[in-house]
Amino acid sequence: MVALEADVESAVAAPAARRRRVGPLFIAAIAWIALIASAAIFAGVLPLPSPTEIDMLGKRAPPSAEHWLGNDALGRDVLSRLIFGARFSLTVGLLAPVIGIVVGGFLGMMAGYFRGRLETFIVGGMDVLLAFPPLVLALAVTAYLGQSLANLTFVLGVLGIPAFTRVARAVTLSLSEREFVTAARALGATHSRILLRELLPNVMLPLLAFFLLGVAVTIVVEGALSFLGLGVPPPAPSWGSMIGEGRESLDLAPQLAFLPAGFMFATVLAFNIVGDTLRALTDPRAGKL
Amino acid sequence: MSEPLLSIEGVSVDLPTPRGPLRAVDKVDLALAPGRTLGVVGESGCGKTMLSRAILQLLPKRAKLGGRILFQGQDMASLSAEALRRLRGPELAVVFQDPMTSLNPVLTIGTQIVETLQAHLGMDTSAAAKRGAELLAAVGIPAPEQRLRQYPHQLSGGMRQRVAIAIALSCEPKLLIADEPTTALDVTIQAQILDLLAREQKRRHMAMILITHDLGVVAGRTDEVAVMYAGRIVERAPTAELFARMRMPYTQALLAALPRLDSPPHTALPAIGGRPPDPTRPLPGCSFAPRCRYAESDCRDVKPALADPDKAGAFYACWHPLP
Repeated sequence: MVALEADVESAVAAPAARRRRVGPLFIAAIAWIALIASAAIFAGVLPLPSPTEIDMLGKRAPPSAEHWLGNDALGRDVLSRLIFGARFSLTVGLLAPVIGIVVGGFLGMMAGYFRGRLETFIVGGMDVLLAFPPLVLALAVTAYLGQSLANLTFVLGVLGIPAFTRVARAVTLSLSEREFVTAARALGATHSRILLRELLPNVMLPLLAFFLLGVAVTIVVEGALSFLGLGVPPPAPSWGSMIGEGRESLDLAPQLAFLPAGFMFATVLAFNIVGDTLRALTDPRAGKL
Repeated sequence: MSEPLLSIEGVSVDLPTPRGPLRAVDKVDLALAPGRTLGVVGESGCGKTMLSRAILQLLPKRAKLGGRILFQGQDMASLSAEALRRLRGPELAVVFQDPMTSLNPVLTIGTQIVETLQAHLGMDTSAAAKRGAELLAAVGIPAPEQRLRQYPHQLSGGMRQRVAIAIALSCEPKLLIADEPTTALDVTIQAQILDLLAREQKRRHMAMILITHDLGVVAGRTDEVAVMYAGRIVERAPTAELFARMRMPYTQALLAALPRLDSPPHTALPAIGGRPPDPTRPLPGCSFAPRCRYAESDCRDVKPALADPDKAGAFYACWHPLP
């Protein structure tokens, strides 16, 4: 009897303490993101050659002790350009979805919770935004406002809003029908309390999973824009513009295009893996079914 | 009889449907004194839940409410959204049918109780946490401090319903509406939850409306019983009198449809034949007439009113009451 009680006691104290396993893939993904992010953050203090210094004698030089990954077509250090390029790609990749998740999440929850005319208006606005060709919008903004990190982030962020709005609205719609929202209302909760405390924590999980997907997509789109020459103005490096420049010497030095492409691939994959695993780990509803 | 806490006068609820308005609740009159309990019984779809939602003013947006609902003398329909919000919680509270969905899955039990206490009673976090643990202990949850840190999915259905009751009781409401509180639970847990509700109701001297489809549930636990059928109250009497002498054939059929412990094995349950009438096409006569075995031709022509011809405090709506 005593033993039984002790068991119940510990079971009550820590029933959910069972360890959830994370695979080596997740650890590798985290390690890669941490490596790229810290390299990008500390790029200025690392003992790297300048990413923009041209050495016409060392064009397409193979890897050496001085230049670990060799030089590009203009004799600039490839490793240094990759790391400084990560700065740009990660900044855009992380900041643009933040605009999306904040604005889109807010609009989506409003539309899903209050319904009515507000919903018609928001959904209609998102349809208009979705119908707008993204490359044309990016072209128009960079042509009129100029090519800069802030403008690029802004364009990519705005383009991401409809997707976040749709996710947030769909989740809010289905949650608003659930009894706990009625129960909260029956206990005299205000609209803002229901939205912030009852709905937001539930909407946040799918939105965060979608956010990491958004980071991955944005990095790719930023690469495409830079490849087209709409990204960061040269000579500053970005992965997309490096692939674009490397394209010209694919036959002589294929690594100039494939190295930044490989970095982008690994980073995007890592964000997707982390997004999926975190969603599975943090979802308290997983145990319910 | 003291001043009623809640009085419902001629309340109707109409829901718009593609096939025309659906009358979910049809001119219901009820009164409930402070500290008393009322059982509302009827089969699925007879308007019990809509009636409770009407009292709470939580009807679907497109529903139309007729009649008056007076709570402590105030007309609920005329209250502002803010006044209504203040009323819910400290005055009026509700326990829903399914504890699986009435608790927020991503917040801990503690957060849900503490925030309710803070919102209504303005308690600080540590006082609210202490009070939360007391509440959980009061509804019979062992190790309440640990439970506060857990999520709803870590609790069993009975435990969750206890938590839902604790949250509903947290602000000491004057009226608790329990909308089929045991329907989603195991039979062995049902009695525990009902006893808990009855105990807390007596201890706090709060009025309670117990909504159920099970006459057995209201039998020992309510002061008065109202039987609903097709949106109307068809019989209303003090509980003891109702069970001693049922006048309306529907009530009797409901009771007969309950399985009995003392009946021999393999006895067929006398289910009520047919289905409730289509609520979008009201019948001219008694709504139960098509299924009633005592029905005669006059039943189908004119609707009987809820009346108390014997002046015995037992109301019923039937042309041919049972003796």
